[in-house]
Amino acid sequence: MDNNIIEVKNLKVYFKLKNIFGKKKNLVVKAVDGVSFEIKEGEILSLVGESGSGKTTTGKALLQLVNCEFDVLKFQGKEMDLTKKGLNSFRQKAQMIYQDPYQSLNPRQQIIDIVTEPLEVNKLISSEEERLKRAKEALEQAGLKPGEDYFFRYPYELSGGQRQRVVIASSMIMSPKFIVADEPVSMLDASIRTGILKLMIELKEKNNLAYLFITHDLSLAWLISDRIAIMYLGKIMEIGEANIIINEGVHPYTKALIRVMPKAGVKRDGLRDVLEGEVPNPTSINSGCKFCNRCPLATEICFEQEPEMKRIGKNHYAACHKLEENSEE
Amino acid sequence: MRRKFIIKKTMYAIITVFIVLIFNYILFRILPGDPLSMIMRNPRATPEMVDTVSALYGLDKPWYTQFIMYFQNMLHGDLGMSFVYKSSVTGVIATKILPTLWMLGMAEIIAIIVGIFLGIVAAANRGTKIDVGTLGFSLVTYSMPTFWLGIIMVSVFCVGLRIFPVGGMQSPGMSFAGEGAQLLDILHHSVLPIITMSILLIGEYALTMRNTLMDVLEEDYILTAKAKGFSRKYILRKHAVPNAMLPMITIIAINLGLVIGGAIQIETVFSWPGLGSLMYESLSARDYPLLQGLFLLITISVVLANYLTDITYSYIDPRVKD
Repeated sequence: MDNNIIEVKNLKVYFKLKNIFGKKKNLVVKAVDGVSFEIKEGEILSLVGESGSGKTTTGKALLQLVNCEFDVLKFQGKEMDLTKKGLNSFRQKAQMIYQDPYQSLNPRQQIIDIVTEPLEVNKLISSEEERLKRAKEALEQAGLKPGEDYFFRYPYELSGGQRQRVVIASSMIMSPKFIVADEPVSMLDASIRTGILKLMIELKEKNNLAYLFITHDLSLAWLISDRIAIMYLGKIMEIGEANIIINEGVHPYTKALIRVMPKAGVKRDGLRDVLEGEVPNPTSINSGCKFCNRCPLATEICFEQEPEMKRIGKNHYAACHKLEENSEE
Repeated sequence: MRRKFIIKKTMYAIITVFIVLIFNYILFRILPGDPLSMIMRNPRATPEMVDTVSALYGLDKPWYTQFIMYFQNMLHGDLGMSFVYKSSVTGVIATKILPTLWMLGMAEIIAIIVGIFLGIVAAANRGTKIDVGTLGFSLVTYSMPTFWLGIIMVSVFCVGLRIFPVGGMQSPGMSFAGEGAQLLDILHHSVLPIITMSILLIGEYALTMRNTLMDVLEEDYILTAKAKGFSRKYILRKHAVPNAMLPMITIIAINLGLVIGGAIQIETVFSWPGLGSLMYESLSARDYPLLQGLFLLITISVVLANYLTDITYSYIDPRVKD
């Protein structure tokens, strides 16, 4: 059985720091340091982590938008073709949706041009009528009805939610199979979020899409995703089915995140048990577990040796020395 | 919506010109020095003679009457008599305006084209040797003193290599066989000042273009375009450069407005018979009417250039409307 839409093993993105003269210093920022996961067709995997944990970089690396290293990168079961031609056909099937719809639309393009640009560049339409028809379809599919009302408007004339719908419409026009959604609702008003999320899920059901959903909001990830991966400083700490991560998360970092999740109907007594300290400077990471200096359970081994991914349960893995491997079904 | 915007901008432009007019008038009157003695250049003039000349130029009337007279005459297109040239200011300026427009206009056009091109090349190859080279060239030429480069150019190409004439716009004391020959002579004289001026201007355009383009290339919509599989060239041409051109238009407009004012230094170095030399001359001779006329011209062209920029913006940048 191999219906993985995308599969990556040991993905690494390192940034070398330069000093002001452009000379390379020996400092390396390990933005993504050995990340492995796979996403099945029609599945939503959420990547959750603090800022600076490398979530966005992972998303960009998957779409080959930053220089990266990996052992395996498969798309639709085949090794990724990294030639210009191969990337071009890959990018028609994999799209990205960004956090800030105010930044991700070219301010000087009209909506219709934004939406149909991929078709034109790839020479997939022959006539103006077809262009208008496809644009109308795409906009209406994204919930902008009637589509033709939006054709000749500019992004600045639209609200944040409408812009994000335009972004979605232009990503969907090539009927992609895989979408990296980088905090697609975090810049939007709470009242509009639900609409955009519903739309994304609706499109997923209809087109059998797979999402890599990047967010810092664990409750949101729980709400929409099939599986959740918890990231910290460029590493996946724990990965598993959404319900299992939220209810039976085992990694100390996951537990810390779940403790501060707001819960409906529960009144907290006293202060929240908030994780202490800051995310350490990514250039000065020690050799041990990345989480060791904030971890309440850390012992000597945590500072010296990096933990391996251990199987905790069915489809549930975590990287921690304090956990027992569990291989039974 | 757009009409309202244009009317508003027009009103602003007119008000600006009017305010600058008053400033110009006062500014030259509070300068130290007596215009009468400059006009007459005769230490033994009798009080009657002084009075006559003073009345001729309207200098005997109180300052507010002088101002109203000045304003009335200006509306009739009469900017007064030049103290030095003893003829109408409009006429004096008219003879000098074409050389300046030609020389600086050409220099601007060359600098804009080359500068923008260099800026794009540098930004597209960020961090490479091409970028560093362009950056170095731009910074060096941008910070070079005008007169210094002018003198170097003169000493290399005129004195050393003897390819170009030392100065002026035409060879003196020549009678030309025809207009073609005269034009060729002017062209020959213009090459060096134009090249020098454009070298001095390229830096600013190249640096600004590079910086704005690099900012634009960091924008999310560029990454979006990349993620959609568009080619680098296409993204640069369709998305990045058009958006980076907006701030360029502002600088181009401001510089074009200043073109009229002439470049005093470059015109002096190359003895170019333009507005810059004229301004230098009239300043040292306290020729108020001529200075006023020149400043008026510069003011109007700068205000006009800004006004046209605003209007152009409302057409090319959909976000600017009110």
